[in-house]
Amino acid sequence: MSQPILEVENLVVTFGHGRHAKTVISDVSFALHAGETLSMVGESGSGKTTIGRAILGLAPVSGGTVRYRGETISNISRNARRKIAREVQVIFQDPYSSLNPSMRIEDILVEPMAAAGVGGGRARVRELLDAVGLPSDAASRYPREFSGGQRQRIAIARALALEPSVIICDEPTSALDVTTQARVLKLLKDIQDATGVAYLFISHDLGVVHNISDRIAVLYRGEIVELDDARTVAMHPKDEYTRKLQMAAPVADPQLQKERRSARRAVLFGSTA
Amino acid sequence: MSLRPTTTSLATVLAPRAKPRPLLVRLLLNPLGALSVGFLLIVAAAGAFAPLLSPVDPNFTDLAATNAAPFSDGHPLGGDSSGRDVLSRLLYGTRETMLACVIVLAVSMAFGVVGGLIAGYYRGRVETVLEFVADTIMTLPGLVLLIALYALTGPNMVAAMFVFGIIIAPNFFRLVRAVVVSVRNELYVDAAKVVGLSDLRIVGRHILWAVRGPIVIQSAFVAAAGISIQAGVDFLGLGDPSKPSWGVVLQDSFRSIFRNPVAIVWPSLLISLAILALVLLGNALRDVLQAAGSAHPLSSSRRRQLAREAQPAPADSRSSDSVLAIRNLRVGYPSGQNTVRAVLHGVDFDLRRGEIHGLVGESGSGKSQVAFSILGILPKEAVVLSGSIWLDGADLLRDKAALRAARGTRIGYIPQEPMSNLDPSFTIGDQLIYGLRAARKMSKSEARKRVLTLLDRVGIVDSQRVMKMYPHEISGGMAQRVLICGAVAPDPDIIIADEPTTALDVTVQAEVLELLRELSRERGLAMILVTHNLGVVADLCESVSVMQGGEIVERGSVDEIFREAKNPYTRDLLESSRAVELLEVES
Repeated sequence: MSQPILEVENLVVTFGHGRHAKTVISDVSFALHAGETLSMVGESGSGKTTIGRAILGLAPVSGGTVRYRGETISNISRNARRKIAREVQVIFQDPYSSLNPSMRIEDILVEPMAAAGVGGGRARVRELLDAVGLPSDAASRYPREFSGGQRQRIAIARALALEPSVIICDEPTSALDVTTQARVLKLLKDIQDATGVAYLFISHDLGVVHNISDRIAVLYRGEIVELDDARTVAMHPKDEYTRKLQMAAPVADPQLQKERRSARRAVLFGSTA
Repeated sequence: MSLRPTTTSLATVLAPRAKPRPLLVRLLLNPLGALSVGFLLIVAAAGAFAPLLSPVDPNFTDLAATNAAPFSDGHPLGGDSSGRDVLSRLLYGTRETMLACVIVLAVSMAFGVVGGLIAGYYRGRVETVLEFVADTIMTLPGLVLLIALYALTGPNMVAAMFVFGIIIAPNFFRLVRAVVVSVRNELYVDAAKVVGLSDLRIVGRHILWAVRGPIVIQSAFVAAAGISIQAGVDFLGLGDPSKPSWGVVLQDSFRSIFRNPVAIVWPSLLISLAILALVLLGNALRDVLQAAGSAHPLSSSRRRQLAREAQPAPADSRSSDSVLAIRNLRVGYPSGQNTVRAVLHGVDFDLRRGEIHGLVGESGSGKSQVAFSILGILPKEAVVLSGSIWLDGADLLRDKAALRAARGTRIGYIPQEPMSNLDPSFTIGDQLIYGLRAARKMSKSEARKRVLTLLDRVGIVDSQRVMKMYPHEISGGMAQRVLICGAVAPDPDIIIADEPTTALDVTVQAEVLELLRELSRERGLAMILVTHNLGVVADLCESVSVMQGGEIVERGSVDEIFREAKNPYTRDLLESSRAVELLEVES
């Protein structure tokens, strides 16, 4: 197999010092290959968001290393990180807080290019808006004029601005309505087909990641309990926790859901008895 | 990498833009704002054009004009004890005052704002040190310090105002630090870090913007303080007597108050009005800058008129076992002084005894508005345009006593955010017992017994101990169980659950849904389950109403609708949900 584009090795993230220290991620390792989608699934407190933030340099890396194309990018200076910014980008969960309300869309999209010293200007802004399915007159508007789904498209456009090879998607659809979610997921897939970008997709919903992932990692209390190809994890989970997670999500079909419910009960009682 | 338009078919149409008016226009539309801006502009112009406006040189003595009365020949405001023209002295004094304000503002902002930005953005040790410095400065007695300074420098307005600027800088510091601390956690600041922006540019572009409003407001108050302190220092005789200033004129007139009592009016009036104008300007700025919420206040006469026009709808009971009937419910929100935009367009709805009914829709569909209407907890600005909500022959929209009697007693409520619906300063037990006794007349020990039994029932292990805990000590799932216990405790017939599992993890959600199902069955509870999650509906509900744009577009039994939806929107919803589901369970 080719060299992975992003490697996380024995990652440990601890917040606080001394007696108040709290280890959120303990010894997590995985590799992301070019053009693939690797999903991190877990419930609240599992540390899935923290892993993304540690890779981006927004959370402290207390142990282990993060490497981009073989080069260590954990605990590096802000200057060194600026180079990485062109390659590793992010889409956050909350499209309301992730766009500065005082900046026009154009300025939001130009910002990463200006920081990296790349030109492109208006033409590039139009290209980006086009790529995420927004009309070009969106450029001169402010974030408050857009709906949640449209804002998330703008956030996606910003992530694409520097043509990164990895995008960390931190629950990009969990704040959106279900029909909007379907469209945004399709957009992300289309962009990947067109550009070959790799996604590290963070989600609490096994169902959401199933269709778009090549591989899925399941996190529980700061550790990966299962990491395998998507179909195996989603359909034939080996780990007991994954299995619980899989059976807990209700499906929009009353008959099927009834069966799932009794199956889930059987599993739960089976495991406790 | 080339980006080709992949989703043009999905291109969204943007709403026509509503351009907000610029800040200055909004400020001038505020009567107090316009008045104070006008007055301050006149004062500033008077100071700027003092040489042109003054009848004579401010230091020119005309013995004939000694203590002259106002409106005497050539001296509109009279003369002072040395025969100098009061108007000219006040006009020139305005320049001193303006200079003093500029110095105070510049110095206090330079130290306060910069310090606040650094402390708030970097936090840690820098913040501790800067806060200590700010606290120390705040303990210094300002006026005493200025008097001590006089001993060192003699009459020196610039030095005095510089020192006063430092003394007042902690005001800016604390304000800016507090705002920055909250803004630095915004995701757009993280996004700026990720794209590689330097700290200086992040602060300049993202953080300064957020603090500019509070700074502008605070500046008006600081300038007012600057005027009063400058006048005060001069009045105490610490000013430069050779230079006319408001304080010096005040001091002069005060000394000859028995010979010429009117003269004291002019400087006092000017100082008071200038300070008043600045304080009012600060208030007006605050109203204008922070009045996002009350953009469209409906005039009260129009509100009363709409309330009169709101037609009740008769309860043409469709089925005999209906416990709750909503008829032609229309609710609107103000979109201008006289106009109301409806968000519910005539909703009809029946809830049968013991039925679990799902109210589904996406954000903005009006599903929560229906739930809030039943509970009488619509936001204050909402207007009921027509319709009725019938419970036991009483219209809850009009009969406030019936609503009060039913709420919490016959209708229970399970909210979306379990944590924010528990009061952090009371124990779980106290809150539950208090709530139960408010709904049903019973002794404390009785209430306690009932709550304990119910806590066990909703699956809380060691309920005795949990009763003594505070909300922050329990998990979100447990908090939701506690709230369910609270809703069920008064033995209601109807439960309104507003997205009861949205804030919970999926494994916890499954358990809470199970609990709701069992409770409904055991107690014959009818339930309205407001949700966006069709999986939750399929799991729990027998019937469902699908809402879109303030209307119920389809309703029926869950089995039928989920098998064969007639409405295209319902089909779209089902398709979208099923696209992200694990339909198969393989073992």
